[in-house]
Amino acid sequence: MATAAPPPRRRTFRPAPFGFLAPAIVLFALTFALPIGYAGYLSFRKIHISGLGLGAGARSEGWAGLSNYTSALSDSELLNGTLRVLVYGGMLVPIMLGLALLFALLLDADKVRLRAFSRIAIFLPYAIPGVVASLLWGFLYLPATSPGYFLLGKLGMSGPQLLSGNGMYVALANIAVWGGTGFNMVVIYTSLRSIPAEIYEAARIDGASELQIALRIKIPMVLPSLVLTFFFSLIATLQVFSEPTTLRPLTNGISSTWSPLMKVYHDAFTQGDIYSASATSVVIAAVTLAISFGFLKLVGSRAYGEQQ
Amino acid sequence: MLSMHRRIAIGLTAAGVATSLLAGCSSSGSTSSAGASAQATASGPVKLTYWSWAPNMDQVVALWNKSHPNIQVTVEKQASGDDLLTKVITAAKAGGAPDLVQAEYQALPTLVSNNVLADISKQDGSASSKFAAGIWKQVTLGSNAVYAIPQDSGPLMFFYRKDLFAKYGLTVPTTWDQFAADAAKLQKEDSTKKLTTFSSNDAGLFAGLAQQAGASWWTSSGDTWKVAINDAATQKVAGFWGNLVKNGSIDNQPMYTPAWNKALNDGTQLAWVSAVWAPGVLSGSAPATKGKWAMAALPQWTAGANVTGSWGGSSTAVTNNSKHQDAAAQFALWLNTDPTAVAALVKDASDYPAASDAQSGGALATAPDFFSNQPDFYTTAAKIAATTAPAAWGPNVNVAYSAFKDAFGKAAQNKSDFGAALNTMDQTTLADMQKQGFKVAG
Repeated sequence: MATAAPPPRRRTFRPAPFGFLAPAIVLFALTFALPIGYAGYLSFRKIHISGLGLGAGARSEGWAGLSNYTSALSDSELLNGTLRVLVYGGMLVPIMLGLALLFALLLDADKVRLRAFSRIAIFLPYAIPGVVASLLWGFLYLPATSPGYFLLGKLGMSGPQLLSGNGMYVALANIAVWGGTGFNMVVIYTSLRSIPAEIYEAARIDGASELQIALRIKIPMVLPSLVLTFFFSLIATLQVFSEPTTLRPLTNGISSTWSPLMKVYHDAFTQGDIYSASATSVVIAAVTLAISFGFLKLVGSRAYGEQQ
Repeated sequence: MLSMHRRIAIGLTAAGVATSLLAGCSSSGSTSSAGASAQATASGPVKLTYWSWAPNMDQVVALWNKSHPNIQVTVEKQASGDDLLTKVITAAKAGGAPDLVQAEYQALPTLVSNNVLADISKQDGSASSKFAAGIWKQVTLGSNAVYAIPQDSGPLMFFYRKDLFAKYGLTVPTTWDQFAADAAKLQKEDSTKKLTTFSSNDAGLFAGLAQQAGASWWTSSGDTWKVAINDAATQKVAGFWGNLVKNGSIDNQPMYTPAWNKALNDGTQLAWVSAVWAPGVLSGSAPATKGKWAMAALPQWTAGANVTGSWGGSSTAVTNNSKHQDAAAQFALWLNTDPTAVAALVKDASDYPAASDAQSGGALATAPDFFSNQPDFYTTAAKIAATTAPAAWGPNVNVAYSAFKDAFGKAAQNKSDFGAALNTMDQTTLADMQKQGFKVAG
């Protein structure tokens, strides 16, 4: 049982590694750890008001215990907002990733003309900021200003109402598909290009058609990329903010707390309640982390494991 | 979705975003030197900073700087009133608020409640005679203190397309009943046209209309607030517009959208209930209709009455952070009452001045270019401005306004009961005050 303990090694202090690490540590602490820590601190604070709340000394900050968290978690708007973004994500993610995979496979096929041009053309919308894209699409969604509705009107038809009711989900998902497909396509395409050509050769000798190669070889081999893009899309869905915020002034159909992050913004900068907003932020961050790691644990080992 | 990797970075720091924004706000602010007080000492002139969103305010301030070498004011341009409110509260907490700040009337209780504004009654208390009583009450919050000097005001009026009213045989409404009759008649004449729209994206207009009907949304007695957003007067206003939306005689889409601009520009919408600053908006939104509009007094609830509400309007306030409150108060008074300053405000900053004397003559002698067909525009406006009903604001107007947008947006969309939306707005506002810890009665 008893094994001889290794002789204690003399430790000499070497400052050099710390010197090299210092900039990263300082930046991490100042721009990442400190703000998060401060938000965590704020989430346990609240304002106490005395009298009419006017003038000096009417407001004082004090400890709130867990009350900001209980009100954040019992607020039905946060849950409703989460459900709304899940419906939105349920439409968006399969369509966007499906298109991205399709385009990547098409670009990867042997007989493709204008490959570089097509790749840039599909990728280009990603380079347009979300706010600009939303404004652009907003114009197209408004029947009074949209050329699409104008043409439909000339044909005696009326277009769908995209800025009210359930049409809103289509309108928002469409903006995201338009903007996000290119990015995901590039990720998948890059991983397609790294598959060794011998594998295809072997498949062809075995008599596989191009379709069979795509379904049986290419897709399984890019599975890690698909998992990665799905993971990114999932997080982006939970944090959708700029598209609905930009479309909001154009319609009655989007409330100020439409998505969870919009609620945080609303609490902090419209209601002026930075404390509740901090608590909600912490809740959202925790849920996002839990879902992310849960998802990676669920599919990660399978998808990545197959490669080894 | 467009900025996916950026989002993820943001997302992981979701909790941090808000606070880093806050930190960013507090850096700029009063650059006042440690010089003793208003009088310039050997250490040089007193330096003041002024946050304002009015266009060309720097040109107006340049006049002051020229004539007052001992008190130099620097304008720091801000985006808008809404943005400024949160920013200045945050800056004040960090001790970095500017000396002077432009503040909308409805934001004053919120600012006072956060202890941002200094009481300048000692310096400027005697200025009350220069303003209409209803306006002055908004800067005192009904107390003996003076928290700001009124700068501009926005009395509500009725703007309509004169040519199209003649074409469809509509009478210029003097009562809201006539207004509703006009809307219905227009529907019969041409179902593609609408008299106007009910917009849920600016609560200020609704607040002004309620004010005209006699609403007092916030009142206080002793140390208890009373919230009465769903009082009888406001219910009447909400019910009236709700019916018009429900029976389809007016549109239900928000204003300030590309679609709204187009509807005004091509005559799909014939009228706009708006404030004295409307010509500026119309010339941008509907440039093709120049000279085709006319302005009249707001329709009344009882025939023969003569009262209006206001939409917008702002004041100049001195902050508690300022080390030179006397000098700042002196500037605030000059900016809003000195004839040269007010003339420059009208001409360069497109303000409709709050000071009574400034509302006639001078820079307002000629009608705005867009209304050149109505030469007595500002004479009429001054008469209407004098009939402005007093407004009653509380410490969480921002919450009430935001609740209005959400509740009435939904009701306008579904053409459902506006009374229910009004109750939601009232309850949300009340609940927020209770949550914040105010003593409040429903």
